This record gives sequence, C-alpha cells and structure tokens, in this order.
Amino acid sequence: MIEPGYKVAIGLEVHVQLSTDTKLFCDDSNEFGLKENTQVGLVSLAYPGTLPVLNENALEMAIRLAIACNSEIPPITLFDRKNYFYPDLPKGYQITQDRAPVAVGGYIPVGDKKVQLTKMHLEEDAGKSIHTDGANYSLIDYNRAGTPLVEIVTEPVIVSAAQAGKVFSTVRKLVRYLEVSDGNMEHGSLRCDVNISLSKTETLGSKVEIKNLNSIRFVQKAIEFEIKRQTDLLDSGKEVISETRLFDSVNNSTSSMREKETLNDYRYFPDPDLPGIELRKEFIDRVRNSMSLTPWEAQHILKTKYLLPDYDAAVISEEKELFKYYCTAAESCANYKLLANWIMGPVKNYINDTGDSDVKFPFNPEKMAELIEAIDRGKVTKNAAQKVLFPEMIGTLRSVGELITDLGLAENKEDELTLIIDELSNEFPKEWSLMKSGQKKLIGMFMGQVMKRTGGKADPAKAKELLMNKIG
Amino acid sequence: MEINRELFDKIAGLAKLNFSEDQREAMMEDMSKIITWVQKLEELDTRGVEPLVNMSHELNVTREDKPAEHLDREIVLRNAPRTKDGFIMVPKVID
Amino acid sequence: MLLNGELSCTELTRKFLNKAVLNQNNAFTKVFEDEALQRAGEIDQKIQNGKPGRLAGLVFSVKDLISVAKKNVTGSSKILQGYVAPYHATVVNRMLDEDAILIGMTNCDEFGMGSSNENSYYGPVTNDNDKNRVAGGSSGGAAVSVQEGSCHLALGTDTGGSVRQPAAFTGLFGLKPTYSRISRYGLLAYASSFDTVGIIANDVADLELVLQIVEGPDGKDSTVYQGGKSSDKEIESIAYFRQALESEGLQEEIRENFQNVIDRLKSEGKRVEAIDFPEAEHLLETYYILTTAEASSNLSRYDGLRYGHGDEVEKAANLIESYTNTRTEGFGEEVKRRIFLGTFVLSASYHDAYYTKAQKARRMIRDKTLDILEDFDLILSPVTPTTAFGIGTHTKDPIEMYLSDLFTVHASVCGLPAISLPTGEDNHGLPIGIQATAGDFEEEKLLNFAKYLSNLGS
Repeated sequence: MIEPGYKVAIGLEVHVQLSTDTKLFCDDSNEFGLKENTQVGLVSLAYPGTLPVLNENALEMAIRLAIACNSEIPPITLFDRKNYFYPDLPKGYQITQDRAPVAVGGYIPVGDKKVQLTKMHLEEDAGKSIHTDGANYSLIDYNRAGTPLVEIVTEPVIVSAAQAGKVFSTVRKLVRYLEVSDGNMEHGSLRCDVNISLSKTETLGSKVEIKNLNSIRFVQKAIEFEIKRQTDLLDSGKEVISETRLFDSVNNSTSSMREKETLNDYRYFPDPDLPGIELRKEFIDRVRNSMSLTPWEAQHILKTKYLLPDYDAAVISEEKELFKYYCTAAESCANYKLLANWIMGPVKNYINDTGDSDVKFPFNPEKMAELIEAIDRGKVTKNAAQKVLFPEMIGTLRSVGELITDLGLAENKEDELTLIIDELSNEFPKEWSLMKSGQKKLIGMFMGQVMKRTGGKADPAKAKELLMNKIG
Repeated sequence: MEINRELFDKIAGLAKLNFSEDQREAMMEDMSKIITWVQKLEELDTRGVEPLVNMSHELNVTREDKPAEHLDREIVLRNAPRTKDGFIMVPKVID
Repeated sequence: MLLNGELSCTELTRKFLNKAVLNQNNAFTKVFEDEALQRAGEIDQKIQNGKPGRLAGLVFSVKDLISVAKKNVTGSSKILQGYVAPYHATVVNRMLDEDAILIGMTNCDEFGMGSSNENSYYGPVTNDNDKNRVAGGSSGGAAVSVQEGSCHLALGTDTGGSVRQPAAFTGLFGLKPTYSRISRYGLLAYASSFDTVGIIANDVADLELVLQIVEGPDGKDSTVYQGGKSSDKEIESIAYFRQALESEGLQEEIRENFQNVIDRLKSEGKRVEAIDFPEAEHLLETYYILTTAEASSNLSRYDGLRYGHGDEVEKAANLIESYTNTRTEGFGEEVKRRIFLGTFVLSASYHDAYYTKAQKARRMIRDKTLDILEDFDLILSPVTPTTAFGIGTHTKDPIEMYLSDLFTVHASVCGLPAISLPTGEDNHGLPIGIQATAGDFEEEKLLNFAKYLSNLGS
C-alpha cells in the first residue's frame, strides 16, 4: 500500500447499460449476446431520413436512479448532439445530454460516507469495434449501437483505490436492486472511467482519465498504478500531463492514448429532432411509489426492524433476492439473529455452490422459517438441523415437522436418555464403577456410547447432565 | 473575417473534408467571404433574448418499450460496401 | 376528382408517362414506367369495385430526397449512388395507401442545398418555359415535373424556400406547411428544425387534399404535430414589409406585379398596410448560420461505411483517409461549403458568437412576426427578387445565390406556413409569384387566399 504524500482526488464516471427491452431511441431489441449485426434497424444504423424517438422505460429507469440517489430532478430534461467521427458511431454524432440532464447532484452512501454526485444523464451507447493485430482493417458490430446508458458522474471526492472499488460495487448493487440493469461487468452492462489527480494543496492537480474499466479489481489496480506513476513524476519535479489513458489488465498498468483521440471539438448543440421532456411532480411521485427499495433502505430495515448488527445487515442486503427471502422468512419466526446466521451461512453457501447468475434458494422462505422455529423451540438440535435436516429439506415438499419425525431427529426426551444411560450402566458395570469412584475420563466413553445409541441426535449437554446426576 | 490556413485545416479536419492546393485557395476565399457576410449578425442587439432552440410544438414525446421487427441482416450487409463474416469492415484506425 | 369518367387511371398515367420518359428538362432522376402502369391498372380495378382510395387518379412525383423503398434514393448526390432505400417515407406511404400513383423521382439540388437546381450530381433542371433558364431549387425537378405535364402534383421539401421558389419560377402553387405539420420521417435531413415536406401543384384543391392526407401524427417523428389545431379562414387584413418592396435587387416587373396585387386587394376592401421589420435585415445570416450548423451534423452519417458510395473505403490506407476521401469525393462544392460553414459556427471558439447569436435572432424574428400576425391575417411578399435567371449566371459567387432566398427564408426561420401563388408574368413571359405567410397551423387560411386570389383573376 503506497502512502502518498499527495492528496488523491478520484472521480468515477460509471456507465450503466439499462435493461430495457429496446434501445434508447429506436425499437431494436436490447438483448445481450445476439449474433453480430442482427439487432439493428434503420434508425440505429443511421439510414438516411431516419429519426429518434425516446424510450419511455429508459426515461423511467433514469428517474429511479435519480430518486434513489437523492438527486435534484429538473423540471425539463433535454437532449444534445455530441459530434465526432468513429465507425462505431453511425450517425457521426451521439445523442446525449449536456444542458439539462435528468439528475443533478445527489449522493451514494458508501459505508458512512456520502459520495457526492455531479450529475446523471442518459445517452446512447456505441457499437463494438474489433481490431485484430496486424490487420489493416477493423470489424464493426452495430448491435450495441443505440442501447441506452445512464452515466453517473461522481464528484472528485474519492480518496483511495479501495474506496473507488467500494463505490463501483455499490453502484452495481444499486442498479440491480432498482432493476434498471443486471450490473454484469463481464457483459459490459457496467463500465467505469476513472478521473484521478494528485495535489499537495487544496487545488486539484492535472486530471488524468482512465477509460473503460469493467471490473472492481481493474478499477483498483488502475488507480494504484496511477497514484504511483503520478507520485513518481511529481516527486521528481515533473508535471503530470492531463490526458486520457488506457488500462492494460495484463500488466496492471496504464498507458497514453493517441493524442489525436483526445483533441476533439464535440460541437455540442441541442438535438432538433427531440423535444424536451417535462419531469413533473406527478410523474416523479408515480416512479417513486412504484420503484423498488434501495440497498441502503434494505440495510436500514434489517438494522432497525430486525435489530441485526451492521455486518449481518450488509451481507444480507447484498442481493435484493436474499433480502426479500430474509424478510419473508422473518414474518413467520421469532429469532431474527438465528435466521440471519442461517441465511449468511448455509443458505448463502448453497447459493454460491449452485453458481448460477440467477439466485437459487434451497427451499422457500416459509420452510426456512419453520426450520428456525424448530431449532429455536428445541425440537431439533442445531447440529442435527445443519447436518441432517437442511440437506433433506432441499427438493422436497414435506414439512419440517414431518421430516423431523421421519428422520427421528426429535431431541430425545429425558426418559429415553435416562433409559439409555441405565442400560449402559448395566452393560458396562466395571467401567461404571470405576467412573463412579472418580475416573473422569470414562465419562467420555459413556458419552460416546450415548451418542452412538442415539445416532448422534442426543443433546450432549442434556445427556451429560443426566449422566452426572446418575453418578451422583 | 479572414480564414487563415490553420483555422481552415482545423475545420476541414473536423468535417473530414480535404482539398487540393487550388481547391483550398478557392474554398478559403469563399469561406472568408461567407463568414464575413454572416458576421453582419453581430449588428443585431440580442441582449436579454433567450435562444430559440426547439421549433416543435410538442413536448414529452416518447414511445413504448416494445421491440419491433429487425432489419434483415441480409439487407444490412448487402448495402454496406465492405463486409466480412457478418461484420462491417472498415479501414484500420490510424496508429 | 381528376378522372371525370373520361380517362381511366391507366390512360391518364400513360399520358403522363409519355411526357415523363422524354425527360426533356432533366426533371426526373428515375421514372417508374412499369410500376406506375401496373399500379394504375390495379386502381382502375378498385374504382370498378367502388373502393378506391381518396387519391385514386392522382399521379405524383417525389423529390429524390425523400425515401422510396427499393429505389436508389440519392439526394442527387454522388455519395448515395448505389444506395437502395429499404423503406418508404411516411408521406410516401400515406400517398400510396390512398392510391396515388408514383410516377418517378425528381432531380434536385444536392441534399436540398441550392436555389437553382444547378447543384445536382445529375446536372441542372431546365425551366420548361425557357431551356436556358433555371427551374429554381432545390425542388427544381419537382416543380418542372408538374410544369411540363408529367404529373399532377409533386412532393418536394422546403427548408428555406425550396418548394416556393421553384413554384414561382414555373408558375405553380407551392405550399410550405407549418414546421412539424407533416412527418419528416424519410426526409433526408438537411436542417432538422427547418425541413418540411412541401407540395407543388397547379390546382389548389389538389394541394388541399394531399395536405389532409399526409399531415399529422406519426410515431416515427418526435417533433410532428399531434393534431387538433384549426384555423379561421377570414382574410381581412394584410401586411407587407416596406423594405421588401423598396429592395434594390427586386426586378421591376415583380415590383409592379406586387403593387398591382396590393392595389387590387385594397379595392376589394381589404386593409393592406406596409410595415417595418428591421430584424428582417438579418434573416439570411440567421438562416445560413443555423441551417448549415444542423446540416454539418446531419450529413456526418454519409461516410461510405454502411450504405452508398464506398469506393474510397476500399482504397483508403486508414480510417481517417477513408472518411475524408469518401466525403470529399462524394459531396459537391456547395454541400462542402455548407458543411464547412456549419462546422465553423458550431466550433468551440465561435459557437456563441455565431450559433447562439443566431438562435437568439431566430427568437426575435419569430416573436416579431407573431406580433404582426396578431394584427394582420396574412403577410404578403414577393417570392423571389427576380424571375427565373439564366443557367450559370448565379454560380460564380455563392452569396449571390444565397441572396435570392431573401423572401422565402422568413417563413422557414419562423417555422410558419407559406404559399407561393402565380400572379402574372414578366416581359419575357416568365412566371411571377407572390407569397403569403400565415400563423402556426393556418394552412387553411393560405389555401383559401390562394383560391380567392385566383378567382380575382387580376
């Protein structure tokens, strides 16, 4: 860990690919992974004479994000053209928002810090270019051209690589909760540009931009490299050039982009093909009332309603499905902490083991509640529940009660245990006398026998108590 | 306004247009004349006036998030001058 | 309406086709002989069965700047040679759905940029009155297709006068509707906040009917008018700009003709007044700054990669070369000038001084005009400073050509509807037109005025 003598100021620009059914300004499908150039239409290919029409769902998703982050939503939002030439940009301009984006300000809570946001805006994504080394051509797939993005821009208030990673992962959690994106970084649903500058004073230093990072790890590595690179430059009296750099994930380093790419005059001007969209209070209220809760609201509920500690609340609210599962189960059982332990342990392990991108639970939350109740009321030991009962519950419709009986898991009643101990004292008279007269290590042998005879289901504490009573 | 060579090349670069020596002379002359002519707009007092940005009489125009038929890939590829394996082929980005 | 039971659709179409295929004025880039006849036959059948569309029997042409499916839509440009459009523009669909017959596509100034139809990849369109004279532009081919008798009516586009001016040069009616009245989906965009579909015909009734059919809501155009506006039709008071009549470049016969119309209207009891409009001095700069800015962006899609002329893409060593050579080779001189100017006025250092300033001027001009239309039903003006000029006479100095747009750009800057009506001829027998402008969505008023003036018969 490099301890910089400089103040590090980091800002993130997160690109969220929205999970709408169609693209932002045309009705091509927005599915992922289709064969190249099959998800394109006249408008997305910029055929002569075509025009854009805004996707109402994309707009609503953007407003959800704005509400979740407490941003200011303007009375009217407008679209602008950003003009430049690149083969993955069919119109020769990108429709984006410059003058009046959907959201201004706001914050994302990360730990106890509120990471301030500059703004959020809607824009079209570009197509994909494939460059092969040594070839004198590139190949373009326009499937992604025109898909909807929300760009979330933070203020340069992030101070470390670790914190940046947390911010990025919090955004991922947020977009999944709000169901505006699947946040799948490998698919490119979530990407990030990093802006970083170092300074010894209050004034920000030269800003370096690192583009297109699509994993938390890359974000952190890129920042670590940059901090070191810039520190070295500044320490030796050199200047940091304000530029755009690309991250090399093989060497965990950054390198300069061609200067040409960064010297562009985008000639932003209002898009005459798109009238403004009024964002009225009724509309915003409707969105607020119909949208999902945020991860931080979920954590709050876990802490205040179910009195769970911070750690538990954080883990259980990691995925909305897990949170909902917990809450549903909690409606039918009383021991919230016990339930939390089971969710964080066996349930999460099960989910991880089944390894799907879709969250798969071992059984429904009502059954989970039954299990917790059974343990809590002493109908089955924790040990037995974990080792025997839990696996049996998967894939069956039988109730917990039925299973406990069938598997003979009911905690042995006192008389049963007493009976077993009596039997043992008769079967092993010599050892019994020796134990009675003080050979404590024989207690272990008799305990072992009790456990063996009960198939491991006896409550060890109870058995010991009865044994000691009999010994006298 | 006189358009000097530097400004001319910068604008031409942005617009992706190039000119031979003679063409450039003629175009520079034309553009200088035209820009001088439109510069006359400076004389109009526009203080306190908001720019007129949108000429449509509508607001809040959106469409339902429903997919429609895709363009047949056949047509996409047929219209493009250069393709390869279903991709559109373009000359390499300058290195 | 047009058949009178005398001619069948097929006979009518054949009559027009006989003229169209000769293409004596270079008005057409393509004539659809077989298709038009086939369609005519089908429509005759429908007429027999008593179920024809409202435009059955109407034969029309479409400017080669409006998308027609399966045709090489070129914008009269080299850069779109080989481009086969996969779809119909909304206006074309609506016309065909009502059984109008499409006879061909008409020549125009490249991408709608020009006032004489001399900027076309296909060569100039000549005026049927005098083959040494221009047809006007940019919809020169459209106007002449009607003028020479190749069709009833033409669809063109009007961004700064491109339908009204050629109509005036050819003695026809030319309507530019209110901006956004007719869907722009399928119009190859030149200046998005100025472009409109325009209609040229020699019969006002045809204009009226076609307008009703093509106008109104279209889910594919976000700017289009959603309907529900009506216009009163009474015309009692008329304004005209004093400076217009006193303008130096105005041809004497046009001035006289205009004065005659004014006098005639006054004698009919209309209140006709000259008013001052100092802002009008800046109409042309405002128009050229804003339209070229939008055009520079709209034309960026013509890069040879996805459609159109792609030879340069093959030959280029790298991407920049490919873009630059394709566009330099593919665009004509005037288009390049306008892209250049547009790029300039939008560029960072000049954006406020030119582009933003022009947007402010636009507001001032429109607001002032709307004020005038509070007090007057119509604004009258000449359409052009001169009658059809000689081919090659205005092409040395681009500004000279731009100046000829003086009277028509006003309605385009304001987004208002305007109509050009034939009102006489000059000493050479060349047509003279007069232009009426009204308030937003007041096309009915304009069409009424056209009928009224025609009936006056002055």
